[in-house]
Amino acid sequence: MSADDASIEANDNFDESPLEPEVLPVDAWHRAHGARMVEFAGYWMPVQYEGIIAEHLWTRDHAGLFDVSHMGQLMVSGEGAAEALEALLPGDISALKPGRQRYSLLLDEAGGILDDLMVTNRDDHYYLVVNGVTKWDDIAHLREHLPDEVTLNLLDEHGLLALQGPESAAALGSLGLRPAFDGMPEVTDLRFMQASAYYRGDVPLGVSRSGYSGEDGYEISVPAQDIAALADALCARPEVKPTGLGARDSLRLEAGLPLYGHDLSPETDPVSAGLGFAISKRRRAEGGFMGAEPVLAALVNGTPTTRVGLAVQGRQAAREGALVFSGDHPVGRVTSGGFSPSLNHPIAMAYVATTHAPEGTALTIDVRGKRLPARVVSMPFVPHRYFR
Amino acid sequence: MTTYYTKDHEWIAVEGDTGTVGITDYAQGQLGDITFVDLPEVGNAVKQGEAPCVVDSVKAASDVYAPVSGEVSDVNEALGDAPELVNTEPESGGWLFRLTLADAGQLGALMDRATYDEYVKGL
Repeated sequence: MSADDASIEANDNFDESPLEPEVLPVDAWHRAHGARMVEFAGYWMPVQYEGIIAEHLWTRDHAGLFDVSHMGQLMVSGEGAAEALEALLPGDISALKPGRQRYSLLLDEAGGILDDLMVTNRDDHYYLVVNGVTKWDDIAHLREHLPDEVTLNLLDEHGLLALQGPESAAALGSLGLRPAFDGMPEVTDLRFMQASAYYRGDVPLGVSRSGYSGEDGYEISVPAQDIAALADALCARPEVKPTGLGARDSLRLEAGLPLYGHDLSPETDPVSAGLGFAISKRRRAEGGFMGAEPVLAALVNGTPTTRVGLAVQGRQAAREGALVFSGDHPVGRVTSGGFSPSLNHPIAMAYVATTHAPEGTALTIDVRGKRLPARVVSMPFVPHRYFR
Repeated sequence: MTTYYTKDHEWIAVEGDTGTVGITDYAQGQLGDITFVDLPEVGNAVKQGEAPCVVDSVKAASDVYAPVSGEVSDVNEALGDAPELVNTEPESGGWLFRLTLADAGQLGALMDRATYDEYVKGL
């Protein structure tokens, strides 16, 4: 028996470093909770505790706690930080109000995607959460292009926990967090893509109402030495269970959310990736961000390929790299795919020729010489349930 | 009936000239939740080391190798509706396929239970 397809364990295209993987600040906590640890993004990460399907379904019904401390947490501060970020990101950063968060992209000159990220206006600085696999490249890119008066700091003494699922607010709301500033919202009153600062006892927490599962939930930035206590307090709640990277991947796939290094890369652009919403109206009119020329042209002219969702017939999963056909003609390639625990059939994301991208288009996917019937469906596969 | 094990974590239970093939409890634990089993066709000839069967988990697709050469004589149809049997009963109800052995001499190179258990401990 041997695994030979794309998998979290065996295949991380973006991590070819011969260095020993790093350990998360609470590596021991994961192992004590029965995690199977695998190498991902240069870290030993918990891929599952009791099982991916159980953790996935638990998160959809209750709340799952994910340790995503491998991700890069960056602070951008100084005079002109918004304008400096706008030179690199297509989002309307200067219109982002304090306490608000936005999804954005780091683009190269050709409009290729260097990373996708979250930007939060924390009043005295911008707080960025970038992917673990790309964080060092992102930092190099930002350092190269940000002006001297703008400061970039990596919050490497902080971990990041994600609490996801419909019972997240009940769980986090029970921990007695108090707003760091008078007049700021209680953690249960935050809306989707809002963020604020809190204290739990004397521990400062940066909390946003966001995540990567399609469910209501939070991401919590916490000093590394306080992660274990916070994770313990959350997991002491009956609605919360520790949840691994495996379920994080199946949840985000069902939510139609692309994964960097798989569905997004320097070879993909925001328009073919279906991320045009990340290019704000003002930036479309004014341009002035790296990659603006090709990206704005693509917005007008369309792109030859488009990221689509595919519902696969049967039970056999189509995975990253599988070719997509219309009749005998190859028309695209799967960028991520797997079995959907919530829908009980396989689903996939693929880039296909835009002529074959309309909803309902019948296609086939080559999996080990067999042609699996598939149909283009709108994403998300499972509806989002954010708290707006 | 004697059961033999491979380094790739297949087992084969042999009775007369028929061998029943599955994956070990260790293997299913490594794979996690099994969502689909692509079974071979009855009547197909398979050679030792070929992969007539694929087990899909949430994470990955994995080849199952034939521990010995032979002709597929039966497959576990129950796995069509209940692939999770490979997780819950890997070394009994979650069997995958049966072979009519071509050369019983090939069994000699496989491990017995005690040797396999030692092998897994060392992984």
